[in-house]
Amino acid sequence: MLRQVAACAAILGVFAAMPAPAQQKSVKIGFVSTFSGPTAVIGNDMRNSFELALDHIGRRMGGLPVEVIYENDEQRPDVGRQKTEKLIQSDRVNFVVGYIWSNVLLASLKPVVDSQTFLISANAGPSQIAGELCSPFFFSTSWQNDQTPQAMGEYMNQRGVKTVYLIGPNYAAGKDMLTGVRSTYKGKIIGEDLTQWPGQLDFSTELSKVRAAKPDAVFVFYPGAAGVQFLNQYAQSGLRGQIPLYTAFTIDSLSLPLQKDLALGVPGTQHWVNDLPNEANKKFVADFRARHKAYPSFYGAQAYDAANLVNSAVVAVKGNLDNKDGMRNEMRKANYASVRGPYRYGNNHFPIQNFYLQDVVKDAEGNLTLKTVTTIVKDSQDQFHKVCPMKW
Amino acid sequence: MLLVLEQCLNGLQFGLLLFLLAAGLTLIFGIMDMVNLAHGSLYMIGAYLAATFVAWTGDFLIGAVIALGATLLVGMLLEVVAIRPLYGRDHLDHVLGTFGLVLFFNELARLVWGPAGLRVPLPDWLNTAVPLLPGLAYPTYRIAIIVTALAVALLLYILVMRTRLGMLIRAGASNREMAGALGVNIKLLYTVVFGLGAALAGLAGLMQAPILTVQIGMGENVLILAFVVIIIGGIGSIRGAFLAAIMVGLIDTIGRAFLPDLLKLVMTSRGAATVAPALSSMMIYLVMAVVLVVRPQGLFPVAGK
Repeated sequence: MLRQVAACAAILGVFAAMPAPAQQKSVKIGFVSTFSGPTAVIGNDMRNSFELALDHIGRRMGGLPVEVIYENDEQRPDVGRQKTEKLIQSDRVNFVVGYIWSNVLLASLKPVVDSQTFLISANAGPSQIAGELCSPFFFSTSWQNDQTPQAMGEYMNQRGVKTVYLIGPNYAAGKDMLTGVRSTYKGKIIGEDLTQWPGQLDFSTELSKVRAAKPDAVFVFYPGAAGVQFLNQYAQSGLRGQIPLYTAFTIDSLSLPLQKDLALGVPGTQHWVNDLPNEANKKFVADFRARHKAYPSFYGAQAYDAANLVNSAVVAVKGNLDNKDGMRNEMRKANYASVRGPYRYGNNHFPIQNFYLQDVVKDAEGNLTLKTVTTIVKDSQDQFHKVCPMKW
Repeated sequence: MLLVLEQCLNGLQFGLLLFLLAAGLTLIFGIMDMVNLAHGSLYMIGAYLAATFVAWTGDFLIGAVIALGATLLVGMLLEVVAIRPLYGRDHLDHVLGTFGLVLFFNELARLVWGPAGLRVPLPDWLNTAVPLLPGLAYPTYRIAIIVTALAVALLLYILVMRTRLGMLIRAGASNREMAGALGVNIKLLYTVVFGLGAALAGLAGLMQAPILTVQIGMGENVLILAFVVIIIGGIGSIRGAFLAAIMVGLIDTIGRAFLPDLLKLVMTSRGAATVAPALSSMMIYLVMAVVLVVRPQGLFPVAGK
């Protein structure tokens, strides 16, 4: 009995010794991305762009200094969730930003929104979060996965592609991408392969099936290093030049230095290209190039926007981070200078925005880079917003 | 029909590549009783060295040959410096020690070559497809891999079965103490075997380099498959590794190629497209499980062990 009382007293003592929650002195942001393994280049590009955005706003938001904690999800849903829970429970961050991979984001969403912390996805846009899992604490500064391939489906219609073969990785985003093409493409889909992700890097089996199926075109979605491998093997199989390739998120400024000439003439669609002629984008691209001697990628552009979206919210409530309704209302206006140009938010907090056709060209110094060719879709909204019960 | 033939070639090519990796692994395991998780790192080092030397010399073949020699040296050096102290300890220590080496090599690659990965460009004459039969064009480079790997398998067979060194290796594999007692320099033999294994892994890595990009951690996925191969084939058996590797390569490829169509007969095409890749990546492990239950010593174990 005495021992139990002593134990209780000890526990109470620990509680008493804990400091009372202090007045908020900084804006704490947790940033979850991939910083190791073959896709670390993407995470680094996002971090570099996020840091650049913070430097541009003087590393203060609404009068408070900004503190960022970077966490590595290792491209694994279980690790991503664990790191996210750590940010929420022990670091008590005000915002969680980042997430390249849809499967990592899906695993990490619940602990963040349940704790009424804002989550800003700077890349992944799984259909589930646009639909039934939509949350007042979730915002996207990228796109819903289906949108970019939907634009590519439209472009393939314009080009009169009669039959297509779809290839992508077997995970949440891969399935969304192929669904996206299917929803707008009017020709016939004569074959479809989902490959093991991220383990499978040799696509000989799938390319043999493509050769046998003889489609008019092939559509692929392979983000990161897998996009380099796919283009390599496409050329080695002799299919390059025979069957045109259409892509989403397969050619970007991070993969281009490795894909080189193999990417020439391969179209892609994107909501942001480094040459979009708005002032915010010119400043972002010029300063990024001056600092890192390379073009920023769309991943970076989305991270840059995420920092500015968070800033707009904190400024609107004058640094009172407990005013979550105020911050949400401000973010819903998308009232900041996005590098993609002005956009609106749908009821599910995904952007309603334009999608462009991009092409690979050589810049003045002979480096390969991406260029906007034309606008494919104006003010595109994802097809899942109707399933989202949130209204405002 | 042509598609089946083409997919068999794909499977054969994949299997032969696995054989190169598994042959070294099985030699090291069978002769030195050493569990070497760092074998995948040697595969990665081979690929990185190939990327470096191909870029330096500007010629794919010359670069590849230099890289092969360099990987052999790296392997022998690694044996002397890091592997030797692990002999005589139990397998758990081997796993721990060589896992540390995996982390070391990954970090080394990041420091030396950066995190972005490298691409090895193929010369134009290899970067095309050649018609094998009317209507069947096959990538030249993959044919080159098949030919090279078969030649290496033949050389390895001659080395192990027809030379004095091979005799020592076989003696070491079947009874180490006895071979040592008969005056065989076991220390040197171990270094040579480890170097040979490293060179085989490096060859696999550098041949894969133009197909995949060279990147950190590239050896880890394929190492698991190599372990599956030596378990199916029988530990220590080169012949077993050869047959099991081709079997695994064919099962994996044929599964990926035809399982979706088979599944479509019994379920919706969307469902089949989702289930098939998961099921086909499981198939080789199912085969391994069956082998472990029915014939735990492997399908083609070394005689007299």
